[in-house]
Amino acid sequence: MRHNGSYSASPRIGLIEWLPWLLGVAAFFYLPEYLSLGARILVYILYALSVDLVVGYAGIVTLGHSAFFGLGAYAAGILSAKVGVTDPMLQMLVAIASCALLGAATGALILRTRGLTLLMLTLAIAAILLEVANKATSITGGADGLSGITVAPIFGLFRFDLFGKTAYWMCLVVLFICWWITRRIIYSPFGASLVGIRENHVRMASIGSPVSMRLLTAYTLSAMLAGVAGALLTQTNQFVGLNVLSFESAGELLVMLILGGVGRIYGAFVGPIVYMIAQDQLAKQFPEYWSLGIGVLLVAIVLFARGGLLGIVDLVVAHAKRGKSAFAGKEAP
Amino acid sequence: MSVVLETRSLCKRFGALTVADHIDFQLQAGARHALIGPNGAGKTTFVNMLTGRLAPTSGRIFLGGEDVSTLSQRERVRRGLGRTFQINSLFRGLSVVDNVALAVAERRGMGGRLFRSASSYADVRDEAMALLASLGLAEDAQVNLANLAYGKQRLVEIAITLAMKPRVLLLDEPAAGVPSIETHRILDVLDALPAEIGILIIEHDMDLVFRFAKRITILVNGATLLEGTPEEIAADPRVREVYLGERHD
Amino acid sequence: MQELIASLVSVAFHGTAYGMILYVISVGLSVTMGLMGFANLAHGVFAMAGGYLLTTAMDSWGVPFPLALVISFVLVALGSVVLERLLYARLYSAGELAQVLFTIGLIFIATAVARLIYGTLQQPVHLPEYMKGQFSLLGRDFPTYRVFIILFGAALVSALWFGVERTRFGAMVRAAVDNRAMAQSVGIDTQMLFMATFALGSGLAGLGGALGAEIIAIQPSYPFEHLIYFLIVVAVGGLGSLRGPFVAALVIGIADTACKYWVPEFGAFLIYVATILLLLWRPAGLFGRQA
Repeated sequence: MRHNGSYSASPRIGLIEWLPWLLGVAAFFYLPEYLSLGARILVYILYALSVDLVVGYAGIVTLGHSAFFGLGAYAAGILSAKVGVTDPMLQMLVAIASCALLGAATGALILRTRGLTLLMLTLAIAAILLEVANKATSITGGADGLSGITVAPIFGLFRFDLFGKTAYWMCLVVLFICWWITRRIIYSPFGASLVGIRENHVRMASIGSPVSMRLLTAYTLSAMLAGVAGALLTQTNQFVGLNVLSFESAGELLVMLILGGVGRIYGAFVGPIVYMIAQDQLAKQFPEYWSLGIGVLLVAIVLFARGGLLGIVDLVVAHAKRGKSAFAGKEAP
Repeated sequence: MSVVLETRSLCKRFGALTVADHIDFQLQAGARHALIGPNGAGKTTFVNMLTGRLAPTSGRIFLGGEDVSTLSQRERVRRGLGRTFQINSLFRGLSVVDNVALAVAERRGMGGRLFRSASSYADVRDEAMALLASLGLAEDAQVNLANLAYGKQRLVEIAITLAMKPRVLLLDEPAAGVPSIETHRILDVLDALPAEIGILIIEHDMDLVFRFAKRITILVNGATLLEGTPEEIAADPRVREVYLGERHD
Repeated sequence: MQELIASLVSVAFHGTAYGMILYVISVGLSVTMGLMGFANLAHGVFAMAGGYLLTTAMDSWGVPFPLALVISFVLVALGSVVLERLLYARLYSAGELAQVLFTIGLIFIATAVARLIYGTLQQPVHLPEYMKGQFSLLGRDFPTYRVFIILFGAALVSALWFGVERTRFGAMVRAAVDNRAMAQSVGIDTQMLFMATFALGSGLAGLGGALGAEIIAIQPSYPFEHLIYFLIVVAVGGLGSLRGPFVAALVIGIADTACKYWVPEFGAFLIYVATILLLLWRPAGLFGRQA
């Protein structure tokens, strides 16, 4: 179930990998009353996917990816509310471009560092953006959030409707495209080298790999993906709140990712789905117990199931297989 | 014969401590050269300066006649300098063949390609497989590296370095941690290495050194004490003196 | 001119008091991170716990202020030992990501527990009468409580530095920060040492949280909200160092107060930018060992 760039593993998309898309389409027809939740989940899957690329694959521990998610969200929002650009594709492109710039610029500076320093730098960059968004009220709306966002029909054809049907389709299609690109990246030689860097960056350097450049590329790509997610959020909600940039939301995203499983692509799918559905059902009734539960869950996962839900699935599958091969009398030591 | 690796008056100081003291050293093409010396003589520091992990305080390093003293590790690797590590430095989460394929891909300059899948580069995989086969690791190619026996991991270490097709190979204690009954397997591999590669081996196991090396340099307190053929080294009284301190353990 | 001097003095004074609090809270984080290499983002939890204990002890148990400070220190230290033995110790050799996620989990738990017990409002601190007045010095009035914080902080810093420089325990800590394997091989029981340092560091955080409850408001969002400041102090000061974080805490305390006084529209922006620049220039902080 692990998806890794490998020189000996087939990159073919397996049957089970079509399941999320089948579910995504089915949800549209069978759960129309949950479309806005569904769109939000799709956005967070994309956000989680972008974080998985840097944290799970490249092994860069960052607490500041909300900077890119937030920048994408605000770029699209400001463009619409303050500049008057309402075309969704154009908003998306500007969001991607600004995140690419910020990702490349900050990445070039901070990726030379490691450990606490890197953690601190990523956190500080996100904090700066939060501070700017909070104080530059004339542009961002500050703590009240940015409203008055209008989004024109997609390609002039598909109007964003009150029920969120168009928004849902837009999120699903964009997520599909981004997933396809991410998957290709992960299975490419570049993706394989990222895993190499994660496993042993000293050795990668010693076999002549341009480690910093690879990390910077991954970081920038991931920033762009997060920017797409942010722009999608703005377009579906037609509102941007400060919380997209907050440390809590960055933390929450990490919770979703580890819940699903880090460094496996589909952990980024499973985590947000489970987390956000549970949140939708439970958080409003029991807000205190909700964050208590999240905390306990996180601690438990770290202590007992580092691979998340998909890791548990792997273990169960491996256990079942071992049962069979024991029959054949060939037990691996 | 031509000189493929040379240092001129190479020095390294950490504060008041001198760990490399005007080392002049030459490695011939196709050499089987050993660098020995007691603990703390500065062997690993010397190797780290050669590869570019440490910057020398003064002195110069030439690789194939070119001054590489200020080049990065990566640049030196590209010019044909390979090394293995004293302690295994491998990609633990990956399969054996991927460990080697990563290095093959970097050598071919396609390790950063983004769009085609890695497994569609069959030539990279085939080269990695051939290399593993030549080291007797063909059957272990798909095994996850972390599950491989330690001695075999040492061989993967060498395979990764060979994958870079080095002109010069620095072997930092290739037999470290391998039970002495199995060192012959390492030695077999070393003997089968392509003849044209200039090899510098750093090793504590004197049996291995004397069986493998055609030339030996002794490093003491960061300076070259002596250089010569194994016979000359074995006969020199100064060598015994240096090693007496160590031999009783 | 008079006014400028008055505001300069006031900023320096309040900034120093704030810096002292930051230091007392963060120094434990610096030592545990330097010693154990543990990315403990939940350090603020101990400070928050200290603050809640102080107000609870004074308001509900009727304990006098000085004793309440002692209680905050002791109970937080004891509580942290339990956490260290049960949870933290399992993750010493785990990767950074696991540690980060684990400690974020602890923050979630602590925040929820605090909200369940105390609600979301910030805790009022009822200082004793003798702490409430003003203190005259050179014709100026200073709030007595802040003066107390500065003096108390200074005394604590001296005791701490003396302890680490001169006692056997301090020598062992320094040895273990420098080289853990070496310390182990000369017979230092690093497990005990970790536990004791962790307890001391967390206890100090609790004390700092209690002492600073009037400056840094005690509320459930505390560990998230102020985390970045504690981390800045440690990262800028340098891991494993005692002096570095002290200098960093004072500089940040004063700079932050100055920014909020003169350029409130920038908020903490300038501090963050300065931190980034400094870390790019010296990745291991002002007093850390550069790799």
